[in-house]
Amino acid sequence: MDFATAIATTVAAVLTLCIFSFLYKDNPFYKFTEHLVVGVSAGYWVSILYVNVAIPNIWQKLLAGKWWYLIPAFLGVLMWTRIVKRWAWISRYPLAFYLGIATGVAIPLEMQTKVLEQIFGTVQSFVALHNSQTDFWAGINTVVVVIGIITSLVYFFFSKEHKGATGGIAKVGIWTLMIGFGASFGYTVMARISLLIERVQFLIDDWLLKLFS
Amino acid sequence: MTEQNSRKNIFERMFAIDRRWVYGFLMLAVVLSVIAKPVIPIPISKEARSIYDYMNSLSDGDYIHLAMDYDPSTLAELHPMTRAVLKQCFEKKIKVIITALHQNGPGMAAEAIDTACQRHFELTGYRPESGKDWVFLGYKPYPILIILGMGQNYRIPFPNDYYNVPLDSLPMMKGIRNYQNIKAVINISGTSATDWWITYGNGRYQVPLAIGVTGVMATDYYPYLQTGQIFGILGGLQGAAEYETLVGTPGKAVEGMSVQVVAHSIIIIFIIVGNIGYFATRKKNRVGL
Repeated sequence: MDFATAIATTVAAVLTLCIFSFLYKDNPFYKFTEHLVVGVSAGYWVSILYVNVAIPNIWQKLLAGKWWYLIPAFLGVLMWTRIVKRWAWISRYPLAFYLGIATGVAIPLEMQTKVLEQIFGTVQSFVALHNSQTDFWAGINTVVVVIGIITSLVYFFFSKEHKGATGGIAKVGIWTLMIGFGASFGYTVMARISLLIERVQFLIDDWLLKLFS
Repeated sequence: MTEQNSRKNIFERMFAIDRRWVYGFLMLAVVLSVIAKPVIPIPISKEARSIYDYMNSLSDGDYIHLAMDYDPSTLAELHPMTRAVLKQCFEKKIKVIITALHQNGPGMAAEAIDTACQRHFELTGYRPESGKDWVFLGYKPYPILIILGMGQNYRIPFPNDYYNVPLDSLPMMKGIRNYQNIKAVINISGTSATDWWITYGNGRYQVPLAIGVTGVMATDYYPYLQTGQIFGILGGLQGAAEYETLVGTPGKAVEGMSVQVVAHSIIIIFIIVGNIGYFATRKKNRVGL
C-alpha cells in the first residue's frame, strides 16, 4: 500500500469508527462524520448536475446557436421563485408543465405493468391450473397465491364488519400479510448485517491487514 | 438504581438486556468471523440461475445493458453482483453498455468498471477497452426520461460517454441505436430505478429485464418474476453470493454469507433470550395482579 492510499484508507477507517461510535451513544465524532457525509454527498450531487446537465444541455446548446434551449432553462429558473414568498405562485407554471408530462407518461404504463399485468399473472396461473397445464406443486403454489390475495383484499374491505365468514377470511388475510412482512423483515435484517459485514471486511482486510503487512 | 437492578431476577434481566450488549456481541461475532473466514456452501436459487443461463446463452459480440443504479450506501450488497456480471460478460466477450442513473453513483461505477477490467487483465492478460468491449455512459438526471430516451436512441440522452467521447466515434456503438439492438438489461439497483426499468424499459419497450436488488427491496419484486416481466432476480448479499459462485469466483459476497450465518445465529439467540424473559415476567406480573 503506497503512502497516499494508506492515508486515504486510514481516514476512511477512522470515519467508519466514528459512525459506529453512535451504537454506544450519540457523540461529537458521530455528529461530525454524519454532517461530513451529507455535505460531501450534496456537493458531489451539485457538481455532477452542473457537469452533466447545465454544461451540455444549456451552455453548449446555446453556444451552438440553439437559442430555443433558453425556454426549458427559463422554466427551470422559474422553479426557484418558490424561494421568494411574493413570487412563489410563478413556480406553479413550470410545475404544472412538468406534472402534466409526468402523469401523461406514467399513468398508462404504471397501470399496465403494475396492475393489469399482475392481475393477468394471477388469473393466468389459475386458468393453467384449471386446464391441468401445470404440475402439482405449481398448482399448490397458485392456489396459495390466489387465496392469499383474496383474503388480504378482504382484510382491507371495511364496508362490512369483520364478523362471521368475513371475519374468518380477514383473519387468513392478516396471516398472509404477516408472512409477507416476515419475509421482508428477514431480508431487511440480512441487508443491514451485510452493511456491517462489508465495513468490518474493509476495516480488517483493506485497512489493518494491508497497513501492517 | 443499582439496588433496583440487583433485585431483578434472571428473567427480568433477560427481558431488559441493554441494546449495547446486543451490538457488542454482534460486532465481536462479525469481527471474529471475518478473521476466521468460515466456509459455507451457497445453494443456487433458480432466480439467480436463470440470469446466469440467459447470459451464458448469448454469443460473442452480443450486447447487454448494465444499469448500475445505486450509490455507495448500498455498495456492500450490490458491488459483488456488478463485479460478477462484468466478469461473466468479459469472459463471454459480451459487449456491455453501462449507465449509472443515481446521482452519487457514477464515480463509484467508473471505479468498479476499472477494477473489473484490471481483474480480467490479471486473469487473462487482456484488459477490456472502453469503446470496444464496454462503454460507460455515466449519469443524467430524471431516470424515467433517460430510460425512455435510450429506448428511442442512446444518443438522445447520451451524445457523449462518461469520458466525453462522442458515442458515434466509439467502434462498439456503431449500429447500436436502442434496446432493440441489445439482448437484455441487467438492472442492479438500490433505489426505485428498478420500478422504472420494469415500467418504462420492459413495459414500454419489452426489453428482457433481470434485476439485482438490495435485501430490503427483494420481496417487492418477486411478483414481477411470476408474471415474466423480469426473467431473474438477485436478492441482497445472498443473490450476490449465488452469482459469484455461478461465475466461479467466490469473493466478498460468499465470504459475507458465512459471516451472515454467525450474525443471524447471534440475533436468533438474543430473540429467544428476550422472549423467554418476556413470557416469564408476563406470567409473574399476572400472578402479581
